[in-house]
Amino acid sequence: MTIAPERQTHSAGELRQVNKWYGDHHVLTDVSVRISRGEIVALIGRSGSGKSTVLRVLAGLSTDHTGDRAVTGAPALAFQEPRLFPWRDVRTNVTYGLTRSRLSKSQEQERADRALADVGLADRAEVWPLTLSGGQAQRVSLARALVAEPDLLLLDEPFGALDALTRLSMRALLLDLWREHGFGVLLVTHDVDEAVALADRVLVLEAGKVIHTLDIDDPRQSVPAEHYRTELLDKLGVHI
Amino acid sequence: MTSSAALAAPLATAPTVNRRRSQRKWGLIRLASPFVLLAVWQVGSAVGLIPQDVLPAPSLIFQAGVELIENGQLADALRVSGLRVVEGLLLGGFIGVALGTAVGLSRWFEATVDPPMQMIRALPHLGLIPLFILWFGIGELPKVLLVALGVSFPLYLNTFSAIRQVDPKLFETAQVLGFSFWQRFRTVIVPSAAPQVLVGARQSLAIAWLTLIVAEQINADKGIGFLINNARDFLRIDIIIFGLIVYALLGIGTDAIVRALERRALRYRS
Repeated sequence: MTIAPERQTHSAGELRQVNKWYGDHHVLTDVSVRISRGEIVALIGRSGSGKSTVLRVLAGLSTDHTGDRAVTGAPALAFQEPRLFPWRDVRTNVTYGLTRSRLSKSQEQERADRALADVGLADRAEVWPLTLSGGQAQRVSLARALVAEPDLLLLDEPFGALDALTRLSMRALLLDLWREHGFGVLLVTHDVDEAVALADRVLVLEAGKVIHTLDIDDPRQSVPAEHYRTELLDKLGVHI
Repeated sequence: MTSSAALAAPLATAPTVNRRRSQRKWGLIRLASPFVLLAVWQVGSAVGLIPQDVLPAPSLIFQAGVELIENGQLADALRVSGLRVVEGLLLGGFIGVALGTAVGLSRWFEATVDPPMQMIRALPHLGLIPLFILWFGIGELPKVLLVALGVSFPLYLNTFSAIRQVDPKLFETAQVLGFSFWQRFRTVIVPSAAPQVLVGARQSLAIAWLTLIVAEQINADKGIGFLINNARDFLRIDIIIFGLIVYALLGIGTDAIVRALERRALRYRS
């Protein structure tokens, strides 16, 4: 156990018995998820299984669902693409993460600079986003998500568009920030290896239902046990 | 001479140096060509090849210009014509951008405002001059309104389509970040739409000058158009041509201003 028990008991976000329809299509069926502070939960599933929809419901981007949603504060969200505003410099983009915080301009800038330093980009505060590499832009996006010090960080395939080496360093960066700040993470991914490498718990979603929950007893080992991977792939219908 | 030098050069020098030299050569030729034309025109006039009552020599046109500048007629005309264009641009630009924004942001405005706008757009606005004279008389008002009418459509269409093309992912991001409507407008909509709205502004400027020229041919008692029309009555072809050159310079000058704005709006892409 690397996480102190009292941190785990605080819920950062929770869905209870959530159902959602697009017209006649039942996209989520009785989905219940709980993410504690200091916990990383991965949600894996094939394309179209509804995993992004779960994330959108948690993020508050969806309104027409039934069931309960409880989230402490405003959750932060980072997407597969960095989604920076290209016409604002990097620092300004990060300050947008503080929109709800109602801080003074100088406080905003100070916090943004600290968040940029956290992701190792203190020296790029004044450049245009289009001059950054893909990995750097994704780090700015992470800084923008974390600058308001949220209890819950929602990640929608955040490293999916990056090359393999950048992806590994981004995972390490995410874990560093998570250890330092102790927020809860819901990581939506279709990468089983990523889920096993990062998560305390992995939920497998299929056709809008949580069909399997895997608790990882020894999370974040440098070499994760192979049986977790085999078990998850089996549930996803991939037999190796 | 020059053609044999151009053929010999590739054999003599390294390819990159040669390409740069050849680029510079073509650049010089491009630069020289209008001056050569002017010189031919001037010489043709001097030796009597070009009849001066049809097409006066460049030097005479230049003198006509100096005359108009010295007696203050050009400054008066520019002030009057400039005011017509500026008023028309402001009025038409405001209407075009405001309606384009409303229609771009709201399906309701699109359903109600866009159909009549498309119908009015189908009318050739210069063809409305007789109607405008009957409605608004022969003063400044019909000229300004005609410019405004011509200007409003390119800005309307470009603003409308620019707003519809804003990346929906940025709207979603703005929602996640908790932006107010005003913040979304300032941070997402305006910067995304600016490049295409400025393309519309360039088209509008061209139409503004064109409309002004036509409107000023008819019943104007001041302005550049009046200067030209008046010159026709006195067979002053040199003044007519000088007036046309002034129109052209005004068009180029205002276009350069908008292009500078375009470069500023897109400086993040460099």
